[in-house]
Amino acid sequence: MIHARGLTRRFTVKRETVEAVRGIDLDVEAGRLVAVLGPNGAGKSTTLRMLTTLLPPTSGSATVAGRDIVADPAGVRARIGYVGQKNGAGENFRVRDELVTQGRCYGLTRAAADRRADEMLDLLELRPLAARKPGTLSGGQRRRLDIALGLVHRPGLLFLDEPTTGLDPQSRADVWEHILRLRAEYGTTILLTTHYLEEADAMAERVVVIDHGRIIADGTAARLKNDLAGDRVTVTVHDAADTARAAAVAARIAAPDGVSAEGVTVRLRVPRADAALPEYLRALEAARVKAATAETSRPTLDDVFLALTGRTLREGDGEGAAA
Amino acid sequence: MNLRFARDTATVFSREFAPVPREALGLLFTMGQPLLFLFLFGPLLAGTPGFGGAGGGSPWQWFVPGILVMMCLSGPMMAGYNLLVELIGGSLERMMVTPLSRTAMLVGRTLKEFAILLAQAVLIIALAVPLGFRLHFAGVLAGLVLLAVAGIGLGTLSFALAIASRPGGELFYGVTQLVMFPLLLLSGMLLPMDFGPAWLQTAAAFNPVTYIVEAERALFAGRLTDASVLYGALCACAVAAAGLALGTRSMRRGV
Repeated sequence: MIHARGLTRRFTVKRETVEAVRGIDLDVEAGRLVAVLGPNGAGKSTTLRMLTTLLPPTSGSATVAGRDIVADPAGVRARIGYVGQKNGAGENFRVRDELVTQGRCYGLTRAAADRRADEMLDLLELRPLAARKPGTLSGGQRRRLDIALGLVHRPGLLFLDEPTTGLDPQSRADVWEHILRLRAEYGTTILLTTHYLEEADAMAERVVVIDHGRIIADGTAARLKNDLAGDRVTVTVHDAADTARAAAVAARIAAPDGVSAEGVTVRLRVPRADAALPEYLRALEAARVKAATAETSRPTLDDVFLALTGRTLREGDGEGAAA
Repeated sequence: MNLRFARDTATVFSREFAPVPREALGLLFTMGQPLLFLFLFGPLLAGTPGFGGAGGGSPWQWFVPGILVMMCLSGPMMAGYNLLVELIGGSLERMMVTPLSRTAMLVGRTLKEFAILLAQAVLIIALAVPLGFRLHFAGVLAGLVLLAVAGIGLGTLSFALAIASRPGGELFYGVTQLVMFPLLLLSGMLLPMDFGPAWLQTAAAFNPVTYIVEAERALFAGRLTDASVLYGALCACAVAAAGLALGTRSMRRGV
């Protein structure tokens, strides 16, 4: 569905060149749900805007839904749906009218656009809001309307730019329910950006991590976590004098750079915490170190990002402009 | 291609136009504004001693085309403003990802303003006829076509300005305020430029709106073959060509 090679975009801001996207290669097969994850300003939206023909790339090429984004943007547009970061419905227009207009924009006849608008109202449970203006809808309702607008022409490929940003947890869950249902019913290929780690982790089959305009990791969430972060074992000892010895024991089980000690706490990064913990506790006992508490945790995608960049994704929240 | 363009233009037009009849209050203001000029300013002209509009006929004959051109300036400005609002929100972006023609997006919006202008024109003319305005049907028709062409040009120029004003929009408000009044005052729209000093008349000669106003006056007086009609038509076409080129280019460069 998507084949991008060396996609690059530079902007000139106040006479300075900003490289928003620096050479992205990306292939997405039909039917997939792919999440593009990265901090604000990483180049997620810029990449999406190039793939959806909103922004011509500075260099590089891509075919989207079988059409070249530079040579045949109209062909791409006819085959994709796009839900941007901002709300798609105009403030002066009624919900249903906007859906009909959207169908007409895709070349449907008036009657077909009418029918499709009604289907979308039902699909996204917007029927009672048909005659309202967008300004009177809640955040979650507006987002559902945005998705309805992106689906009017039943695209095989849907781009969603931060579909749940700024929504309360219940609306987020609601939007997700609709996205997943859509996928189950129509087999729509979905590429979305998010900076909510939990969403990318729980929902996507594949996570593409972008930082500073480059793809720095790409795979299933589970594989990224196993390969790049690993599980964590955290053990505390009774006496701070034992910490150094406990750390030395730990270094026999985990890689030396996977062990850290602080106060009475020793942390290990290991491929499988469930297997490593009993082994470690036995080794501690043999070394006559008494463990006080022990726990294991699975890594998060944030740990993956931390392992890759030395920064956490959460620090990036709210700083820098969306790009 | 042309058929598709016509269909896209119709799509944009009907989207833009749908809310108009629903907003009773807005409609009242839209229709009331030219009437205010007609009734609060017109009598001043009619009562001004020595006021000799071109042709020397009724002052209404002279004044009505002027008000129409004024409306034709403010309508497109409104269209640019509406576009700016949709640019800052996400609705324009949403439509730019559809196969809808970029040019149709601009032309459809301008045509909606023109439809309103047309309604205003009919209203003004209907009210001016009892006051002594003589209706030259063919001239009025040609005059409205000329206004449509100029309106498309001004509208698309205002779109280009709106796009250049992102994200804040300050540039748009600044430039429209700065440009609107000189264009209006230097066109002889409200008072004949013949009354002014030579430097003012020279300045007016550089204002394309002046030629459109003069052409409209000639047409509304039934002088269809007047030389001013040719100049006005050339000006309107030039503005339309420049506007369409600039507006479409700004849309293509990515919004």
